[in-house]
Amino acid sequence: MAETDHHAPDGIPHDAVPLDTAPGDSREELLASLKVYIVGLALAILLTATSFWAASTHVLWPPGVPIGLAVLAVAQMGVHLVFFLHITTGPDNTNNVLALAFGVLIVFLVVAGSLWIMANISANMMPLEMMDLHHQH
Amino acid sequence: MDGGRAMTAASLHDDAPRAAHGMRTGTSTAGPAPKRIIIAYGFWLFLLSDIVMFSALFATYAVVAKATAGGPTGAELFDPTNVAVETALLLFSSFSCGMMSLAMEARHRTAFHSAAAVTFLLGLGFLVLEMREFAGMIAQGATPQRSAFLSGFFTLVGCHGAHVAVGLLWLVVMVAQVADKGWRTTVLHRLMCFSLFWHALDIIWVALFTIVYLMGGR
Repeated sequence: MAETDHHAPDGIPHDAVPLDTAPGDSREELLASLKVYIVGLALAILLTATSFWAASTHVLWPPGVPIGLAVLAVAQMGVHLVFFLHITTGPDNTNNVLALAFGVLIVFLVVAGSLWIMANISANMMPLEMMDLHHQH
Repeated sequence: MDGGRAMTAASLHDDAPRAAHGMRTGTSTAGPAPKRIIIAYGFWLFLLSDIVMFSALFATYAVVAKATAGGPTGAELFDPTNVAVETALLLFSSFSCGMMSLAMEARHRTAFHSAAAVTFLLGLGFLVLEMREFAGMIAQGATPQRSAFLSGFFTLVGCHGAHVAVGLLWLVVMVAQVADKGWRTTVLHRLMCFSLFWHALDIIWVALFTIVYLMGGR
Protein backbone atom coordinates (compact mmCIF):
# COMPACT_ATOMS: atom_id res chain seq x y z
CA MET A 1 0.00 0.00 0.00
CA ALA A 2 2.75 2.37 0.95
CA GLU A 3 4.50 1.47 -2.30
CA THR A 4 1.58 2.54 -4.48
CA ASP A 5 1.06 5.68 -2.41
CA HIS A 6 4.66 6.56 -3.03
CA HIS A 7 4.59 6.02 -6.77
CA ALA A 8 1.31 7.60 -7.80
CA PRO A 9 2.09 11.30 -7.18
CA ASP A 10 5.55 10.97 -8.69
CA GLY A 11 3.96 10.42 -12.07
CA ILE A 12 6.20 7.49 -13.00
CA PRO A 13 5.13 6.39 -16.49
CA HIS A 14 2.97 3.35 -16.81
CA ASP A 15 5.61 1.38 -18.68
CA ALA A 16 7.91 1.42 -15.67
CA VAL A 17 5.80 -1.35 -14.11
CA PRO A 18 5.07 -3.72 -17.00
CA LEU A 19 4.68 -6.95 -15.10
CA ASP A 20 1.86 -6.18 -12.65
CA THR A 21 -0.87 -5.04 -15.01
CA ALA A 22 -3.99 -7.13 -15.28
CA PRO A 23 -4.10 -9.48 -18.27
CA GLY A 24 -7.23 -7.76 -19.60
CA ASP A 25 -5.56 -4.34 -19.48
CA SER A 26 -2.49 -5.45 -21.34
CA ARG A 27 -4.59 -7.16 -23.99
CA GLU A 28 -6.60 -4.01 -24.64
CA GLU A 29 -3.35 -2.07 -24.87
CA LEU A 30 -1.93 -4.55 -27.38
CA LEU A 31 -5.02 -4.32 -29.56
CA ALA A 32 -4.82 -0.52 -29.50
CA SER A 33 -1.12 -0.68 -30.51
CA LEU A 34 -1.95 -3.17 -33.26
CA LYS A 35 -4.54 -0.74 -34.59
CA VAL A 36 -1.93 2.05 -34.68
CA TYR A 37 0.45 -0.14 -36.74
CA ILE A 38 -2.33 -1.16 -39.15
CA VAL A 39 -3.46 2.45 -39.70
CA GLY A 40 0.19 3.43 -40.27
CA LEU A 41 0.69 0.61 -42.77
CA ALA A 42 -2.49 1.55 -44.67
CA LEU A 43 -1.46 5.23 -44.87
CA ALA A 44 2.08 4.30 -45.93
CA ILE A 45 0.78 1.99 -48.70
CA LEU A 46 -1.57 4.72 -49.92
CA LEU A 47 1.18 7.37 -50.03
CA THR A 48 3.74 5.03 -51.65
CA ALA A 49 1.24 3.93 -54.31
CA THR A 50 0.39 7.58 -55.04
CA SER A 51 4.11 8.42 -55.38
CA PHE A 52 4.77 5.60 -57.85
CA TRP A 53 1.63 6.47 -59.81
CA ALA A 54 2.52 10.18 -59.96
CA ALA A 55 6.05 9.38 -61.18
CA SER A 56 4.89 7.11 -64.02
CA THR A 57 1.67 8.75 -65.24
CA HIS A 58 1.42 11.25 -68.09
CA VAL A 59 -1.83 12.77 -66.82
CA LEU A 60 -0.12 15.24 -64.51
CA TRP A 61 1.64 18.48 -65.43
CA PRO A 62 5.30 17.31 -65.58
CA PRO A 63 7.04 20.30 -63.86
CA GLY A 64 4.75 19.91 -60.84
CA VAL A 65 5.46 16.21 -60.29
CA PRO A 66 8.77 16.56 -58.32
CA ILE A 67 7.09 18.95 -55.87
CA GLY A 68 4.19 16.52 -55.45
CA LEU A 69 6.63 13.64 -54.91
CA ALA A 70 8.49 15.65 -52.25
CA VAL A 71 5.25 16.42 -50.44
CA LEU A 72 4.20 12.75 -50.53
CA ALA A 73 7.63 11.65 -49.23
CA VAL A 74 7.55 14.12 -46.33
CA ALA A 75 4.01 13.00 -45.50
CA GLN A 76 5.07 9.35 -45.51
CA MET A 77 8.08 10.05 -43.30
CA GLY A 78 5.66 11.76 -40.91
CA VAL A 79 3.40 8.69 -40.98
CA HIS A 80 6.37 6.42 -40.18
CA LEU A 81 7.49 8.69 -37.33
CA VAL A 82 4.06 8.87 -35.72
CA PHE A 83 2.67 5.37 -36.31
CA PHE A 84 5.84 3.22 -36.27
CA LEU A 85 8.33 5.17 -34.14
CA HIS A 86 5.57 6.65 -31.92
CA ILE A 87 7.02 10.18 -31.97
CA THR A 88 4.03 12.28 -30.96
CA THR A 89 3.40 15.80 -29.68
CA GLY A 90 2.48 14.50 -26.21
CA PRO A 91 4.17 16.02 -23.14
CA ASP A 92 6.11 12.77 -22.53
CA ASN A 93 7.68 13.13 -25.98
CA THR A 94 9.14 16.65 -25.71
CA ASN A 95 12.79 15.51 -25.65
CA ASN A 96 12.32 13.19 -28.62
CA VAL A 97 10.60 15.90 -30.67
CA LEU A 98 13.26 18.49 -29.80
CA ALA A 99 16.02 16.09 -30.84
CA LEU A 100 14.13 15.38 -34.08
CA ALA A 101 13.69 19.12 -34.74
CA PHE A 102 17.44 19.65 -34.29
CA GLY A 103 18.18 16.71 -36.60
CA VAL A 104 15.85 18.11 -39.26
CA LEU A 105 17.56 21.52 -38.96
CA ILE A 106 21.00 19.98 -39.56
CA VAL A 107 19.69 17.88 -42.46
CA PHE A 108 18.18 21.01 -44.01
CA LEU A 109 21.41 23.02 -43.57
CA VAL A 110 23.58 20.25 -45.05
CA VAL A 111 21.35 19.56 -48.06
CA ALA A 112 20.22 23.10 -48.91
CA GLY A 113 23.66 24.56 -48.14
CA SER A 114 25.48 22.04 -50.35
CA LEU A 115 23.07 22.53 -53.26
CA TRP A 116 23.24 26.33 -52.96
CA ILE A 117 27.06 26.51 -52.80
CA MET A 118 27.60 23.96 -55.57
CA ALA A 119 25.05 25.65 -57.88
CA ASN A 120 26.81 28.97 -57.25
CA ILE A 121 30.25 27.53 -58.01
CA SER A 122 28.90 25.87 -61.14
CA ALA A 123 27.32 29.14 -62.34
CA ASN A 124 30.56 31.06 -61.76
CA MET A 125 32.78 28.50 -63.52
CA MET A 126 34.42 29.66 -66.70
CA PRO A 127 32.90 27.74 -69.64
CA LEU A 128 35.29 25.30 -71.35
CA GLU A 129 35.41 27.26 -74.66
CA MET A 130 36.41 30.42 -72.84
CA MET A 131 39.13 28.52 -71.00
CA ASP A 132 40.59 27.52 -74.39
CA LEU A 133 40.52 31.16 -75.57
CA HIS A 134 42.28 32.14 -72.38
CA HIS A 135 45.12 29.78 -73.14
CA GLN A 136 45.57 31.08 -76.70
CA HIS A 137 46.17 34.68 -75.59
CA MET B 1 6.78 1.52 4.85
CA ASP B 2 6.16 4.40 7.23
CA GLY B 3 9.31 6.05 6.02
CA GLY B 4 8.01 5.93 2.46
CA ARG B 5 4.73 7.49 3.46
CA ALA B 6 6.49 10.23 5.40
CA MET B 7 8.64 11.04 2.40
CA THR B 8 5.61 11.26 0.14
CA ALA B 9 3.95 13.61 2.58
CA ALA B 10 7.05 15.75 2.65
CA SER B 11 7.33 15.98 -1.11
CA LEU B 12 3.64 16.69 -1.47
CA HIS B 13 3.24 19.42 1.12
CA ASP B 14 6.67 20.95 1.58
CA ASP B 15 7.98 22.91 -1.39
CA ALA B 16 11.15 24.09 0.31
CA PRO B 17 13.64 21.40 -0.94
CA ARG B 18 12.48 21.72 -4.50
CA ALA B 19 12.49 25.49 -4.43
CA ALA B 20 16.07 25.41 -3.17
CA HIS B 21 17.15 23.42 -6.23
CA GLY B 22 15.02 25.51 -8.53
CA MET B 23 13.28 22.40 -9.85
CA ARG B 24 9.58 22.79 -9.38
CA THR B 25 8.29 20.98 -12.43
CA GLY B 26 6.56 17.65 -12.04
CA THR B 27 9.01 15.49 -13.96
CA SER B 28 12.23 16.63 -12.29
CA THR B 29 10.96 15.79 -8.81
CA ALA B 30 10.30 12.22 -9.95
CA GLY B 31 14.04 11.55 -10.07
CA PRO B 32 15.91 10.18 -13.09
CA ALA B 33 13.84 8.70 -15.92
CA PRO B 34 13.57 4.90 -16.10
CA LYS B 35 16.55 3.24 -17.81
CA ARG B 36 14.35 2.11 -20.69
CA ILE B 37 13.48 5.74 -21.52
CA ILE B 38 17.12 6.84 -21.30
CA ILE B 39 18.30 4.01 -23.58
CA ALA B 40 15.62 4.71 -26.18
CA TYR B 41 16.48 8.43 -26.11
CA GLY B 42 20.19 7.75 -26.55
CA PHE B 43 19.49 5.41 -29.45
CA TRP B 44 17.14 8.00 -30.97
CA LEU B 45 20.01 10.52 -30.89
CA PHE B 46 22.25 7.95 -32.64
CA LEU B 47 19.59 7.39 -35.31
CA LEU B 48 19.26 11.14 -35.88
CA SER B 49 23.04 11.43 -36.31
CA ASP B 50 22.88 8.53 -38.77
CA ILE B 51 20.19 10.46 -40.66
CA VAL B 52 22.46 13.53 -40.68
CA MET B 53 25.20 11.36 -42.22
CA PHE B 54 22.73 10.18 -44.88
CA SER B 55 21.79 13.81 -45.56
CA ALA B 56 25.42 14.46 -46.57
CA LEU B 57 25.24 11.50 -48.98
CA PHE B 58 21.90 12.79 -50.31
CA ALA B 59 23.43 16.25 -50.82
CA THR B 60 26.38 14.71 -52.70
CA TYR B 61 24.05 12.69 -54.88
CA ALA B 62 21.86 15.71 -55.63
CA VAL B 63 24.92 17.75 -56.67
CA VAL B 64 26.30 15.08 -59.03
CA ALA B 65 22.97 13.60 -60.22
CA LYS B 66 23.24 15.20 -63.71
CA ALA B 67 27.00 14.60 -64.08
CA THR B 68 26.74 11.40 -66.13
CA ALA B 69 29.90 12.09 -68.17
CA GLY B 70 28.26 10.67 -71.30
CA GLY B 71 27.48 7.43 -69.46
CA PRO B 72 24.07 5.90 -68.70
CA THR B 73 21.47 8.05 -66.92
CA GLY B 74 19.10 7.05 -64.15
CA ALA B 75 16.16 6.90 -66.57
CA GLU B 76 18.07 4.29 -68.63
CA LEU B 77 19.23 2.21 -65.65
CA PHE B 78 16.37 2.15 -63.14
CA ASP B 79 13.57 -0.42 -63.28
CA PRO B 80 10.45 1.04 -61.60
CA THR B 81 8.91 -2.41 -60.98
CA ASN B 82 12.02 -3.60 -59.14
CA VAL B 83 12.00 -0.46 -56.98
CA ALA B 84 8.28 -0.86 -56.24
CA VAL B 85 8.82 -4.46 -55.07
CA GLU B 86 11.82 -3.41 -52.94
CA THR B 87 9.72 -0.63 -51.37
CA ALA B 88 6.86 -3.03 -50.61
CA LEU B 89 9.25 -5.59 -49.05
CA LEU B 90 10.84 -3.00 -46.77
CA LEU B 91 7.49 -1.46 -45.78
CA PHE B 92 5.97 -4.82 -44.85
CA SER B 93 9.13 -5.79 -43.01
CA SER B 94 8.80 -2.56 -41.00
CA PHE B 95 5.21 -3.55 -40.19
CA SER B 96 6.17 -7.08 -39.14
CA CYS B 97 8.92 -5.54 -36.99
CA GLY B 98 6.11 -3.65 -35.24
CA MET B 99 4.31 -6.99 -34.76
CA MET B 100 7.54 -8.31 -33.27
CA SER B 101 7.53 -5.49 -30.69
CA LEU B 102 3.91 -6.27 -29.82
CA ALA B 103 4.73 -9.98 -29.41
CA MET B 104 7.61 -8.94 -27.16
CA GLU B 105 5.27 -6.81 -25.04
CA ALA B 106 2.89 -9.77 -24.75
CA ARG B 107 5.88 -12.05 -23.97
CA HIS B 108 4.56 -14.40 -26.64
CA ARG B 109 7.47 -16.47 -27.98
CA THR B 110 5.77 -18.15 -30.95
CA ALA B 111 4.38 -14.85 -32.25
CA PHE B 112 7.76 -13.21 -31.65
CA HIS B 113 9.69 -15.83 -33.57
CA SER B 114 7.28 -15.89 -36.52
CA ALA B 115 7.25 -12.06 -36.73
CA ALA B 116 11.06 -12.04 -36.56
CA ALA B 117 11.25 -14.67 -39.31
CA VAL B 118 8.89 -12.64 -41.55
CA THR B 119 10.89 -9.45 -40.87
CA PHE B 120 14.15 -11.23 -41.70
CA LEU B 121 12.86 -12.82 -44.92
CA LEU B 122 11.34 -9.55 -46.20
CA GLY B 123 14.56 -7.66 -45.36
CA LEU B 124 16.64 -10.36 -47.05
CA GLY B 125 14.37 -10.20 -50.11
CA PHE B 126 14.97 -6.45 -50.28
CA LEU B 127 18.72 -6.94 -50.08
CA VAL B 128 18.71 -9.68 -52.74
CA LEU B 129 16.75 -7.47 -55.17
CA GLU B 130 19.13 -4.57 -54.52
CA MET B 131 22.23 -6.71 -55.06
CA ARG B 132 20.70 -8.09 -58.29
CA GLU B 133 20.08 -4.52 -59.46
CA PHE B 134 23.68 -3.54 -58.64
CA ALA B 135 25.06 -6.64 -60.41
CA GLY B 136 22.93 -5.90 -63.49
CA MET B 137 24.16 -2.31 -63.62
CA ILE B 138 27.80 -3.33 -63.23
CA ALA B 139 27.38 -5.95 -65.98
CA GLN B 140 26.23 -3.12 -68.30
CA GLY B 141 29.38 -1.16 -67.50
CA ALA B 142 27.54 1.22 -65.12
CA THR B 143 30.14 0.88 -62.38
CA PRO B 144 30.86 3.49 -59.67
CA GLN B 145 33.94 4.53 -61.67
CA ARG B 146 31.92 5.35 -64.81
CA SER B 147 30.61 8.80 -63.77
CA ALA B 148 30.10 11.12 -60.79
CA PHE B 149 26.39 10.27 -60.92
CA LEU B 150 27.11 6.54 -60.54
CA SER B 151 29.66 7.15 -57.73
CA GLY B 152 27.03 9.14 -55.85
CA PHE B 153 24.35 6.53 -56.57
CA PHE B 154 26.36 3.54 -55.36
CA THR B 155 27.57 5.40 -52.26
CA LEU B 156 24.09 6.49 -51.20
CA VAL B 157 22.10 3.37 -52.07
CA GLY B 158 24.95 1.06 -51.03
CA CYS B 159 25.18 2.76 -47.63
CA HIS B 160 21.47 2.14 -47.05
CA GLY B 161 21.90 -1.46 -48.20
CA ALA B 162 24.81 -1.90 -45.77
CA HIS B 163 22.58 -0.65 -42.97
CA VAL B 164 19.91 -3.21 -43.94
CA ALA B 165 22.55 -5.97 -43.94
CA VAL B 166 23.75 -4.94 -40.46
CA GLY B 167 20.11 -4.84 -39.32
CA LEU B 168 19.55 -8.41 -40.54
CA LEU B 169 22.62 -9.59 -38.63
CA TRP B 170 21.40 -7.76 -35.52
CA LEU B 171 17.98 -9.39 -35.88
CA VAL B 172 19.54 -12.87 -35.97
CA VAL B 173 21.53 -12.05 -32.83
CA MET B 174 18.39 -10.79 -31.06
CA VAL B 175 16.40 -13.92 -31.92
CA ALA B 176 19.27 -16.02 -30.56
CA GLN B 177 19.37 -13.92 -27.38
CA VAL B 178 15.62 -14.31 -26.80
CA ALA B 179 15.96 -18.07 -27.33
CA ASP B 180 18.97 -18.26 -25.01
CA LYS B 181 18.31 -15.66 -22.28
CA GLY B 182 14.54 -15.21 -22.49
CA TRP B 183 12.79 -11.91 -21.76
CA ARG B 184 15.62 -10.40 -19.74
CA THR B 185 15.53 -6.60 -19.29
CA THR B 186 18.73 -6.08 -21.28
CA VAL B 187 17.34 -8.20 -24.12
CA LEU B 188 14.10 -6.18 -24.11
CA HIS B 189 16.10 -2.94 -24.31
CA ARG B 190 18.12 -4.24 -27.27
CA LEU B 191 14.96 -5.36 -29.04
CA MET B 192 13.47 -1.90 -28.57
CA CYS B 193 16.60 -0.33 -30.11
CA PHE B 194 16.48 -2.81 -32.99
CA SER B 195 12.89 -1.92 -33.86
CA LEU B 196 13.76 1.82 -33.78
CA PHE B 197 16.70 1.10 -36.11
CA TRP B 198 14.59 -0.93 -38.54
CA HIS B 199 11.82 1.69 -38.72
CA ALA B 200 14.42 4.45 -39.25
CA LEU B 201 15.89 2.52 -42.21
CA ASP B 202 12.45 2.52 -43.82
CA ILE B 203 12.21 6.31 -43.35
CA ILE B 204 15.55 6.74 -45.14
CA TRP B 205 14.32 4.44 -47.92
CA VAL B 206 11.26 6.70 -48.43
CA ALA B 207 13.57 9.66 -49.12
CA LEU B 208 15.81 7.41 -51.21
CA PHE B 209 13.21 5.94 -53.57
CA THR B 210 11.59 9.37 -54.02
CA ILE B 211 14.77 11.32 -54.79
CA VAL B 212 16.93 8.70 -56.52
CA TYR B 213 14.47 6.43 -58.32
CA LEU B 214 11.23 8.38 -58.84
CA MET B 215 12.70 11.85 -59.49
CA GLY B 216 15.90 10.51 -61.11
CA GLY B 217 14.14 7.93 -63.26
CA ARG B 218 12.05 10.47 -65.16
